[in-house]
Amino acid sequence: MTTERAPLLVDARQFVKPEAGRPEPDAGSGRNIVEVRGLNVWYGTFQALNDISFAVPENRITAIIGPSGCGKSTILRCINRMNDLLTGFRAEGEVIFEGEDVYASGLDPVDVRRRIGMVFQKPNPFPKSIYENAAFGPRINGFRGSLDEIVERSLRRAALWDEVGEKLRESALKLSGGQQQRLCIARALATEPDIILMDEPCSALDPVATLKIEDLMRDLARNYTIVIVTHNMQQAARVSDYTMMMMMDENRSGVLVEYGPTREVFTNPKDKRTEDYITGRFG
Amino acid sequence: MTVSSEARRSRLLLRKANGAVFMVFCFLATLVGLIMLAVLLIDVLRDGLGRLSYDFINSFPSARPEKAGIKAALWGSIWMVGMTAVFAVPIGIGAAIYLEEYAPRHWITRVLQTNIANLAGVPSIVYGLLGLAIFVRQMELGRSLLAGSLTMALLVLPIIIIASQEAIRAVPPSYREGAFALGATRWQVVWRQVLPTALPGILTGIILALSRALGEAAPMIMIGALLFVPFTPSGPTDRFTVLPIQIFNWISRPQEAFHHAAAAGIIVLLAVLLGMNSIAIILRHRFQRRLRE
Repeated sequence: MTTERAPLLVDARQFVKPEAGRPEPDAGSGRNIVEVRGLNVWYGTFQALNDISFAVPENRITAIIGPSGCGKSTILRCINRMNDLLTGFRAEGEVIFEGEDVYASGLDPVDVRRRIGMVFQKPNPFPKSIYENAAFGPRINGFRGSLDEIVERSLRRAALWDEVGEKLRESALKLSGGQQQRLCIARALATEPDIILMDEPCSALDPVATLKIEDLMRDLARNYTIVIVTHNMQQAARVSDYTMMMMMDENRSGVLVEYGPTREVFTNPKDKRTEDYITGRFG
Repeated sequence: MTVSSEARRSRLLLRKANGAVFMVFCFLATLVGLIMLAVLLIDVLRDGLGRLSYDFINSFPSARPEKAGIKAALWGSIWMVGMTAVFAVPIGIGAAIYLEEYAPRHWITRVLQTNIANLAGVPSIVYGLLGLAIFVRQMELGRSLLAGSLTMALLVLPIIIIASQEAIRAVPPSYREGAFALGATRWQVVWRQVLPTALPGILTGIILALSRALGEAAPMIMIGALLFVPFTPSGPTDRFTVLPIQIFNWISRPQEAFHHAAAAGIIVLLAVLLGMNSIAIILRHRFQRRLRE
């Protein structure tokens, strides 16, 4: 007897916005800000990523989806070399960011990270004032000029100024989870990055705060490139222009299954596994 | 399924009784410490309170017990603890930062770590011997404050290192990640995120270590702190005595009056300890509040 598994998740296809995933980028430059070529990653002897190649178009939102443990975050952390901080990490292949391989010997990971913003799964404001959080990036990078201006601009861009403009000297830890996450986005914006990586930025937030962040992302995509890892396929469908579907192969290494405009990936997936996953029949 | 509700109820009673017995045991265990401390305090206060006065704190030792004072030992202790802090604190925090933030995680680091933990358990008299051999004789510092505080610094170093390491380890990794992701160098991460957050814990460790230094007599006897000092030290090369040695000296005299002086000395020692601990608590409280607000 075969047991047909009931769908676990809501079919995410219904959330795809009509404007999502324009195949020919109209407003953007049409150029790719990041190109990953043949990326293999090991943690010790375990291969976490297996031959990943893709390109991130500028001023677009690219979502990386897939089951737990398939290496979504690893890809993200390869782009800004955060993985270098882990012992046993080893990468092969190329990660081209604005024409330069970030793993090339001449490039300092510290400089790479300044030009690539990152927002983490759990909001992680520093135990300092709101102002000091937003000013931290410019400060450590030796910024000379008006910090006040940068702080205000970043907080405005992160749609937080109206809520915290009057209490910049208060502790960031007093803010709500959603506000903290937007502060973390503001903090990342303050160093004027070209691209922002978001590692499941809404997984610790309630639905209202989540929608606020999603609106913010759509807003930011006018000037920034965003790569977001998400477990939430509805979120990927709602916010992203491009979607990358990942899976584990038989060695539990992450492989890229499908990559394309979100609309196509969700409504007309080329790979059976993608279809199963986004319609909730994944098993 | 087969257990009757009767049996289940009586078993529950037994389980609750077990819990109650354990609670009473723990309470008594707490009481033992408190009672001992109270007895000690009452005994010392009864013997020494009458002897405690401004003159006692401000007089040098004397062969006449009623005129003997603690001035030399008090100032000797203050000098010694202060200099110990100067040597031990930067080295201790530095070592802790290295071990937690920089050291590669391999077997050499683990051996180092184990050794530091072991050093914290070495009897203080052994440090006294070490100080005598190295600082007093080899480096020819003599039986000076400098030799004494260097010895004491060695003794308390493991305590500071271990406490600081624990404080540093307690800093959430997300702070480090956040700072690294903004393009901070490791030095900036340590200086601007890790150390400020770990500071309250590090301070606690430092005060604990210095309290230990204040109360230690054995290594000071070993390196030859004086028993009779009619002067206060005026510099690191001076000879000196410290409170525990002065107290030990008075107690070993046959005259009853000297024993009262010893009790008064103990009160002074306890007061200094208490003062140091309260400063630590106030400082820690202030830093913690600054972090939260």
